[in-house]
Amino acid sequence: MAAVRIDAKDLHYTPLNQQIRKAICDGAKEIVIDNVLGQRFIGDGLRGNDVTITVNGVPGGDLAMFMSGPTVIVHGNADHAPGNTMNQGKVIIHGSAGDATAHSMRGGRVYVRDNIGYRGGIHMKQYMEKRPILVVGGSARAFLGEYMAGGLLIVLGLNGQPPVAERGVGSGIHGGEIYVRGKIDTKYLGVGAKQEPATPDQMAILKPIIEDFAKAYGIDAAPLVSASYSRIAAVSARPFASKYTPE
Amino acid sequence: MCGIIGVIDKRRRPMDGSKIRESLAQMDERGNGEGAGYAAYGIYPDYKDAYALHVFFDNVKENKPALVKELESWGTIVHDEPIPTFEAGIKKVHTPWRFFFKPDISRAQEPGETADEIVMQLVMRVNTARRGTLIFSSGKNMGVFKASGWPEQVADLYRIQDYQGYLWIAHNRYPTNTAGWWGGAHPFNLLDWSVVHNGEITSYGTNQRYIESYGYRCTMYTDTEVVAYLVDLLVRKHGLSEKLAVKALAPPFWDEIDVMPAKEQELNRALRLTYGPALMNGPFAICVATPDMLLGFTDRIKLRPLVTGEHGDRLFISSEEAAIRRIEPEIADVSMPKAGEPVIGRVIA
Repeated sequence: MAAVRIDAKDLHYTPLNQQIRKAICDGAKEIVIDNVLGQRFIGDGLRGNDVTITVNGVPGGDLAMFMSGPTVIVHGNADHAPGNTMNQGKVIIHGSAGDATAHSMRGGRVYVRDNIGYRGGIHMKQYMEKRPILVVGGSARAFLGEYMAGGLLIVLGLNGQPPVAERGVGSGIHGGEIYVRGKIDTKYLGVGAKQEPATPDQMAILKPIIEDFAKAYGIDAAPLVSASYSRIAAVSARPFASKYTPE
Repeated sequence: MCGIIGVIDKRRRPMDGSKIRESLAQMDERGNGEGAGYAAYGIYPDYKDAYALHVFFDNVKENKPALVKELESWGTIVHDEPIPTFEAGIKKVHTPWRFFFKPDISRAQEPGETADEIVMQLVMRVNTARRGTLIFSSGKNMGVFKASGWPEQVADLYRIQDYQGYLWIAHNRYPTNTAGWWGGAHPFNLLDWSVVHNGEITSYGTNQRYIESYGYRCTMYTDTEVVAYLVDLLVRKHGLSEKLAVKALAPPFWDEIDVMPAKEQELNRALRLTYGPALMNGPFAICVATPDMLLGFTDRIKLRPLVTGEHGDRLFISSEEAAIRRIEPEIADVSMPKAGEPVIGRVIA
């Protein structure tokens, strides 16, 4: 079946998402949406591992929320919380994303070529084989990985700015890991987070992920995988045990 | 939630309200149809030296004579008329009216009292009396247009596209802590200051007690009102720059102040100590307009969205990038200001 094209000009998100769902029900594997401007909830709850949705424009918030399988490629900036509670699949953003990117994500991958807003990866989680991954090419704002419970977050700092230079990194983190290229000033570490140089074993896990990210944007992976990284994670297995459970 | 959009043309070139209407309507999901409003600057060139008082009357026949009497005891009504309204699917629970008013400075009660002060006291007195009259806009050559309804309905009620302003701010409301009503829709205005706000001011009680000790009265059952008065107090009355005022309202954390250079530390400590009761807590993204400036800022930990972009002579501030692109599709770069740090666009002509 040929690619399905949808013109989203002046279209509300409800009929837009109905058209996307209908196209997938009809067997479409390629959907291209043009003139997207602010429509929220694009691709939400969709299933189908072999479906690719291309979004041309600036989508609204909660892109690919609860999505489980498809690939969404955005040519433009995304608003708040792309990948919110996403379960499986891939979101590739050719631009920046807003606050709470990958909010509560539980599986799949979100790639952002440029920057993300505040609270990136807030409350990402993982269970058994489900391990969400967020990779950011540029830099992130304050409270990166806040309340993180699982998953993997990588920030490369490729736009000439440090990966993150604001407060509260990993504040309340109790699972999962944040990797940054280079290292961050320890004054930016949040409550319950610690920073250590990444080990060769850890780098071996990052390498294919960074290579895949570089491939998505046509950039050279070699200098990225050979750089040094720091790992930011919870200070202990239960950093807040004494805080919430009376002895 | 709530959606905000602001745009200033730094060379004061006029923009009609149609694009602002589209931009705000684009963020309908941020509201619930219980309040929307627009403030436009530069719309009354024929009466630019008079204070344009926008008033909601519950009943024109009953309420207007008392207001006229009050205004005439403090100055001259240059002109008055109903604010034109049109069918827009909104139940008209108030009648919007406008008075172009010149206070008589010789009737000032205290030495040094300015025309601004006379008008501010008048607004507070009328609004506190609650006699079916609410003055919700009192600046010169500007006006607020608001009501309970969706952004496009409120725009159509006033035919906002018929007004030509060089500076606009607009708001789509999702009331959370108080009921929606016409007076509770944004923008909130006093004299030349207009404010729109997304979030909630959890320090409202402290801020209200503080501002009322300076003669302001909060009468509109919503937290944003206090922001308009705080800005008026800090900038107009105390003479702070807008940047310093933002630092007083959304100051850096103590641990950030501790590591500043000595001089900056001293300034920031003094500001926090002096203006402790003006500090605003809670999540917020705010736009403030005054005839020569558009200002945007968020709370210190950025709990509400705010993006900004520039195109030619125009600065845009909004909750969503798409709302800016609805007005200016060609805008090259949209960025996110740092938490607590002001974005300012000033007129240059």
